[in-house]
Amino acid sequence: MLLIKCPFCGPRPELEFSYGGQAHIARPKDPASLDDESWAEYLYIRSNPKGLHAERWRHIHGCARFFNVQRNTASDAIVATYKIGEEPPKPVDPGLEEWSSRSGAAL
Amino acid sequence: MVEATIVRVNSLAAVSRDSASSPQVSLAVLPDAAKLVFRGRPSSIGAAGEAFGVELPQTANRFREAAGRKAYWLGPDEWLLEAIGVDSSELFSTMSEKLASHSCSLVDVSHRSDSMAIRGPMSEYVLNHGCPLDLSERAFPVGMCTRTILGKSPIVLSRTEQEVFHLDVWRSFSPYVWSFLDEARQEFLHDQSARSPT
Amino acid sequence: MRYRLPAGGRIDRSKPLSFHFDGKKYSGFAGDTLASALIANGAHLVGRSFKYHRPRGIMSAGADEPNALVGVGSEEARYTPNLRATQIELYNGLVAESQNRWPSLSLDFSGANDLFSRFLPAGFYYKTFMWPASAWKKLYEPMIRRAAGLGRAPEAADADRYTQVYGHCDVLVVGAGPAGLAAALAAARSGVKVFVCDEQDQMGGSLLSEREATIDGQGAADWLAQTIRELKSRTNVVLLRRTTAFGWYPHNFLGLCERVTDHLGLAITKQPRERMWQVRAREVVLATGAIERPLVFPDNDRPGIMMAEAARTYLNRYGVLPGSRAVVFTACDSAYRAALELKSAGVEIAAIADVRSAPNGRWMERARAAGIDVRPSTVIAGTYGRLRISHADLARISGGTMGHPETFACDLLLMSAGFTPSVHLFSQSRGKLVYDEDLKAYLPGTSVERERSVGACRGVFDLGASLADGFAGGLSAAKALGGTAAAEHKFSVFAQSLGRDGFIGAPPSGGKSRRTRAWVDFQNDVTAKDIELATREGFRSIEHVKRYTTTGMATDQGKTSNMNALGIVSQTLALPASQVGLTTFRPPYTPTTFGAFAGQSRGELFDPVRKTSIHEWARENGAVFEDVSLWKRAHYFPRPGEDMHAAVRRECKATRESVGIFDATTLGKIEVVGKDAAEFMNRMYTNAWTKLEPGRLRYGVMLREDGFVMDDGVVGRMSPDRFHVTTTTGGAARVLALMEDYLQTEWSDLDVWLTSTTEQWAVIAVQGPNARKVLEPLVHGIDISQQAMPHMSVQEGHICGVPTRLFRVSFTGELGFEVNVPMGYGRGVWEAIYAAGREFGITPYGTETMHVLRAEKGYIIVGQETDGTVTPDDVGLAWAIGKAKKDFVGKRSLARPAMSRSDRKQLVGLLTVDPNIVLEEGAQVVADPSEPVPMTMIGHVTSSYWSVALDRSIALALVQGGRARIGSRLSVPIPSGPVTVEVVQPIFYDPEGKRLDG
Repeated sequence: MLLIKCPFCGPRPELEFSYGGQAHIARPKDPASLDDESWAEYLYIRSNPKGLHAERWRHIHGCARFFNVQRNTASDAIVATYKIGEEPPKPVDPGLEEWSSRSGAAL
Repeated sequence: MVEATIVRVNSLAAVSRDSASSPQVSLAVLPDAAKLVFRGRPSSIGAAGEAFGVELPQTANRFREAAGRKAYWLGPDEWLLEAIGVDSSELFSTMSEKLASHSCSLVDVSHRSDSMAIRGPMSEYVLNHGCPLDLSERAFPVGMCTRTILGKSPIVLSRTEQEVFHLDVWRSFSPYVWSFLDEARQEFLHDQSARSPT
Repeated sequence: MRYRLPAGGRIDRSKPLSFHFDGKKYSGFAGDTLASALIANGAHLVGRSFKYHRPRGIMSAGADEPNALVGVGSEEARYTPNLRATQIELYNGLVAESQNRWPSLSLDFSGANDLFSRFLPAGFYYKTFMWPASAWKKLYEPMIRRAAGLGRAPEAADADRYTQVYGHCDVLVVGAGPAGLAAALAAARSGVKVFVCDEQDQMGGSLLSEREATIDGQGAADWLAQTIRELKSRTNVVLLRRTTAFGWYPHNFLGLCERVTDHLGLAITKQPRERMWQVRAREVVLATGAIERPLVFPDNDRPGIMMAEAARTYLNRYGVLPGSRAVVFTACDSAYRAALELKSAGVEIAAIADVRSAPNGRWMERARAAGIDVRPSTVIAGTYGRLRISHADLARISGGTMGHPETFACDLLLMSAGFTPSVHLFSQSRGKLVYDEDLKAYLPGTSVERERSVGACRGVFDLGASLADGFAGGLSAAKALGGTAAAEHKFSVFAQSLGRDGFIGAPPSGGKSRRTRAWVDFQNDVTAKDIELATREGFRSIEHVKRYTTTGMATDQGKTSNMNALGIVSQTLALPASQVGLTTFRPPYTPTTFGAFAGQSRGELFDPVRKTSIHEWARENGAVFEDVSLWKRAHYFPRPGEDMHAAVRRECKATRESVGIFDATTLGKIEVVGKDAAEFMNRMYTNAWTKLEPGRLRYGVMLREDGFVMDDGVVGRMSPDRFHVTTTTGGAARVLALMEDYLQTEWSDLDVWLTSTTEQWAVIAVQGPNARKVLEPLVHGIDISQQAMPHMSVQEGHICGVPTRLFRVSFTGELGFEVNVPMGYGRGVWEAIYAAGREFGITPYGTETMHVLRAEKGYIIVGQETDGTVTPDDVGLAWAIGKAKKDFVGKRSLARPAMSRSDRKQLVGLLTVDPNIVLEEGAQVVADPSEPVPMTMIGHVTSSYWSVALDRSIALALVQGGRARIGSRLSVPIPSGPVTVEVVQPIFYDPEGKRLDG
């Protein structure tokens, strides 16, 4: 069970969270102006990386806030968590990843 | 109009009947209370506290108590306000009036949940049968509150004393939560010397 | 107990115990395992093997035991199969039985499999049962089912209690052998919160069988006792005995299974039988030890053939002699120690065969000085004895050829190929393993989680080094937590060094006979030849060899066999072992009961059962309930003698003709509040909300962003900035989550907040021509006349003295109200309405009648008429789309060409030409029933009922281009043949809606 650091409540067990899919996909301001292909891209096309993935989680059984997580899909290491609207942290040095997951568990 | 006296039925009434008490861990139904959910912009938080009579805590996962009223931080824009012995409609009206010019929401949820207490030295251990949080005092001190999980039910958990926790549970889940805790404390009911392994 | 020594060991001779094995009574002592007690009684034969039903004996003394699997329990409800006799603590009255034998252990008919073993090679199942296909059901499957499986599953429900508990600690030490205890000491003295778990009934690991060694000037046993005293005295330490760490899950989350009452024998306590700990540890110290490897030699599986360290454990820990005359076959030093200790206890050592050409001189000298015949470069060429070993052939290997074998009589054969570090948990934590050529073992390499391995599980075998390694590990864990670590400690240890020699694979055996079989995986009956065959047949990947031969796939997961299998693949493919790779370690480390995994989630606590505040009234009044998500809902209210159909007919009739009462409490409810509430509703729902006056209701439709219907419900505008939104019962949480999602992540500029009020309000639907008459005398401060309160309006006031939000709304097509009152008053208000309705024959109805009444009106149910691929227009809800709105969730998707094709499936009504046939929901609709199967399916029935109002059957269906087919005939094939239906408008009753106003 993952230990996820909610930006509001601190580290909490995965049981309290729900997964919210890939992060940083903004709803187009004017959907009507998009052609079908662009709309389909927004609706359906998602990355599926082995490695670092920006994704949304919601602390549904906690403060109920959505927030963003950078997680390594291969190792489950969580590199960063940050509030909606905040800039994602700079691309992480692969060497730092291990450190991050390790410090994550300590919190 | 037909006069009828409608009695409020607590969802824990049936399940809590004849609950064995134990010095190590016992369960109790808490009295009905007026409960409101306040949500709003930061600019309205101060006014809400004034209107309620308890300053709303802005530290995450803390509750504040004054004169029988409690304000629980549930989220960065969400508080549960609880007042025992108060008519919820009146509380709602007076607060709504005072907050009329503010950008916020006030909703009466007095009947949404019922509350119970678990007390005794084994409370932490028994709660940990369903609650995944670290409930040691260093991680979950007196004055802390949070929404979390117990077994398969969402709950609002708060620690009021070193060995006393309160649980606020949506009505339809509360008999489950009570029964779950009652089951988990079985090992202490007939053996006064039983100790928590932790 | 012929083989019990008069003194010594950690058993309590003052507490004799009796037990039964296969119906025969035996005795043992407190502190014994079933295995040690059986051996004390001279019983080595304890089971039959899985495939060939070979007689098998006790091979090890711990979790790695592949052979001695037994069923334990005198009553069916407490029977557990497949327990390792080496891990079962003896208690008075224990009843155990051997498995895989019939009619008896010593005479087993399936033993014939062994005679035909040449016909049962690796991949036998894949090769044999291919043809003819028809033989599968009648012949192969029943045969395999009879023969397959270990043990017997109990048929009675488990009578025991199981619990689960979450634990949190700073340092979790897994394994309480010397390294683990030293780590625990270091961490405990540093003041951090420490959990120590060990699978055995006593902590100490190898120290429990230690004779000679001294630690800090004390004997091993004294040091152990003192160490445990110190740990127990510290309040920051939790010691968990009989607790197996069986699995590692991400972020230092470990599953531990504590066996609480099994060793007591009787279920006399309120304690759980097993307690599953789910522990989050900030740091973990793995001190899981090592497992001794068997040697692979011909007929190495007879009862009496045992691991050398196991024999030492039986001698030193249990005071039991595992035999009287032993042959020792080894590739490392530790077997010499076992031989010397056994000899000093009175076991004759016939010879030590050492596969090494140059064994460790010091150990060889000690053995020879004790009068033992030590033979380097020597292997076991064969063994004899049916139910117990009687002889062994020793042969010298030189220059790759085997010399003439010499036969030694023996009743015990001890083997040791060295030790395999237990890296299971480390590997589960996704740490990278590295191969150590010298040790012939995989060792923990790079860590991924916050853990460190200490002692034998990382190849540190000598006692002194292991203690030092453990203590350092404990200190490093404490330091990693940021605190002050305890002072260093230097252990002063006296113990003989055991070296690091080891061997994997099959030792040289010269020219092998085709007949000889050397077992690699004892539990799954896989021999060296099977693995060689697999490589000959082209399998290269160790993962494939594993699956083809099943080596390592038994309940012991290859604890004793994996490295030897890998060695054989390496030998036959002439690849370095490090390039062959290793199969994946998966939880659980040892088999774990379903009970422990289920924990409290059984019976009444399996799931929360959500009940409304009116539930008890319904129960008392005979309701039959149905499950709707976690809710219990009254399905119908049968009177004596009524079945569901009769009850539903009566309920429908009463509601249409006078008045019915229905518990609609489970509907989801969300209070949407804020100055931007209407704007938010505009964006979330297809409808237009801006112009909805306070005091009015509107039916709202919500889409997903892909344009398909997600939910619906009636929405009341309570004031300009407050909406009372209702959702479907099952959709409540989903809708609130979607709304929060948009609000938090896309439209945080809107001043609007959401609060779930599902459980704040009990909802009592009062429906029927007399509904107003029933309610009129009960309400206060509300004018419910037709003029003051038209259809689709809402008023706040009081009913029966409690606050209400009274909705004038109908899901039946009749004049109707939905009375919302605070939940705790639900039953009281219901009873008051029921009493007031008596004079009108008010009839409680359930969800079935609700479904029928709404279907007669063509009202859809989301999830029944919709399935996630249905647009509003498909189900006739185009009118609910606010055309002038620039945007709402799902709008853009509705503009896709595919969403407006004329051949989309559309909602229509179906009337069977024979009015008495009620179609099955889900039945397919076809245009031409004379087509051969599979026919072209053009739609399906979504709802189908008997309509009392129409006195005939009705159905709703989604049919391709359905609206254009109205008036035509289609067909619905059902098992009895095609049923002709007429396509009609999806509304059957009161199409003008006159009845809504009574």
